[in-house]
Amino acid sequence: MNPRTYMMQGNIAVAEGAIDAGCRFYAGYPITPSSEIAEQLSRRLPEIGGRFIQMEDEIAAMGAIIGASLAGAKAMTATSGPGFSLKQENIGYASIAEIPVVIVNVMRGGPSTGLPTLPAQGDVMQARWGTHGDHPIITLTPASVRESYDMTIQAFNMAEKYRVPVIVLLDEIIGHVHEKVTLPDVGQLKIINRKKPDTPPEEYLPYIIDESLIPPMANFGDGYRYHVTGLVHDETGFPTNDTLKIEAMLTRLNSKLDKYLDEIIQYEENIIPAAKVGIVTYGSSARSSRHALRMAKEKNIDVSLFRIQTMWPFPTKALRDFGKNLSYIIVPELNLGQIAHEVEHAVGHSVEVLRVNKITGEPIHPEEILNKIEECL
Amino acid sequence: MDYLPLLRKDKFPHIWCEGCGDGIALKAILRAIQNIGINQNDIAMVSGIGCSSRTPGYVDFNTLHTTHGRAIAYATGLKLARPELTVIVVTGDGDATAIGGNHLIHAARRNINMTVLVYNNHIYGMTGGQVSPTTPMGDYATTAPYGGMENTFDIAGLTIAAGASFVARSTVYHAKTLERMIEKAIRKNGFSLVEIMSPCPTAYGKINKKGLPKDLILNQKSQAINVDKAREMSPEDLRGRIITGILADRELPEYISTYDKIMSSAQRR
Repeated sequence: MNPRTYMMQGNIAVAEGAIDAGCRFYAGYPITPSSEIAEQLSRRLPEIGGRFIQMEDEIAAMGAIIGASLAGAKAMTATSGPGFSLKQENIGYASIAEIPVVIVNVMRGGPSTGLPTLPAQGDVMQARWGTHGDHPIITLTPASVRESYDMTIQAFNMAEKYRVPVIVLLDEIIGHVHEKVTLPDVGQLKIINRKKPDTPPEEYLPYIIDESLIPPMANFGDGYRYHVTGLVHDETGFPTNDTLKIEAMLTRLNSKLDKYLDEIIQYEENIIPAAKVGIVTYGSSARSSRHALRMAKEKNIDVSLFRIQTMWPFPTKALRDFGKNLSYIIVPELNLGQIAHEVEHAVGHSVEVLRVNKITGEPIHPEEILNKIEECL
Repeated sequence: MDYLPLLRKDKFPHIWCEGCGDGIALKAILRAIQNIGINQNDIAMVSGIGCSSRTPGYVDFNTLHTTHGRAIAYATGLKLARPELTVIVVTGDGDATAIGGNHLIHAARRNINMTVLVYNNHIYGMTGGQVSPTTPMGDYATTAPYGGMENTFDIAGLTIAAGASFVARSTVYHAKTLERMIEKAIRKNGFSLVEIMSPCPTAYGKINKKGLPKDLILNQKSQAINVDKAREMSPEDLRGRIITGILADRELPEYISTYDKIMSSAQRR
């Protein structure tokens, strides 16, 4: 058997993916259902020369990973809903100061303390708009243990390449489900590291506006002495009140991901040409959806499937195409329709968007999706 | 020695009001750094939000102006990821002990090697003079129109109790003593904190009718009492006085040193 074959849960796959991506700094705070990530890394990171620290609170953990990243380390934290709320101000800081960091949110029922050990998908909008102000952010939503590993690596690659906070959004089912996985050889992985400046320190503009829209990043201690602030700043990194400079900086910040949408946005499609019904889903609800699809097939009902992998930026264009030949789209999700709104916006009025929602801490049963499919016929 | 090369001179004039103590504190920091002879590339200065937290903008180091209260948390990550950097946090009484109080006590408890300089001006100056955890009881603030009604924090005492290696207090009137204390704090392998009494004539002095800016600074001379003398005085006699000096200087396990030892053994397993 391949020595990299394991039976593991999604949370452990996240921890191992982080290590294989080059993560050498983790700061966190205990919270169910994400704590296995911290536990695994508290054991693994010291073995490989990395740093693990359990901070005094969620806010501190978010601050610490930003500080560590600025010093050159690939850095991650993991949490669940209540902690994710607490981290939001500093996620905004990472966004405006363009510090690469990875935040894992293993979603549980909310709001507030909610349903600590039960699954939910109620944080998908918070992942996009949790911090104040317009800002860029990437969010990935795995649906299996192996994908939790892969997407954690992708999250680091994207954070490093685009200088943006990347959120890996699991739900409790994906975090805790055990599956057999064979992990790839570390040497075979595509690993991206942040672009460093090739200018001498005296010419370095830490927030330069060039064609790439992604400024090269010097690490603290590398001889490039510069200023980092959460205030709106100009190309030098210092705060500015000059409206032209503010506009230039915020325009670059908020459009930098648009330039790379083709490589950021990932999704899985299974289009049946004859189908009039499609399902758009993500995370553990995608697993219920696949089961429902098999049940539909046994009844000779054609159903197309679109599984969201990159949640943010939202795959609006791909979904518009997906909806073209459909009359109905069903969106099963463990919330009251947060992504269904986005799907409606993407496909327009020609397709009726139907919801299958659950917020009681139970997964969606395939029969519930099948019933909705049959209502469409 | 000429400390001007350590400043980003093109960022002047600074934002601090006439008579503010923060400029004197800045000069003491720069001289302390020069006395030790640390290369500018090897210093990271981290701050939160407030008047004192604007300091990093004016100094030519690796500078990080973070969110309100979180400077020590950011600094913890920075220091752990790059222990060879000298990490200095500049913060204020509100930033360090109200919104950031949890980070202060836990960094002191860990005894992580960094220096925290708390400018205590008894008020939220930048937001216009609201009451802070160190506004003396009975003193006025824009959110204490009838006088402050809460007990105050003893920032130095809090930090000693939490487990820091080195804690001192001085005033901007005693600029030379302050410089020596900051130097000792930076040299200490462990969590070190210097509470710097830095008067705010604009937001605190005016509403409390404390006189001219120079009066606030001169008052520090008469208020200051050395810790050795203070030990022999009664609490009544110490009312309104500023106890200055080195309040704690002790050898305790430093966090990163401990981590490195454990990391070595984990790697040998």
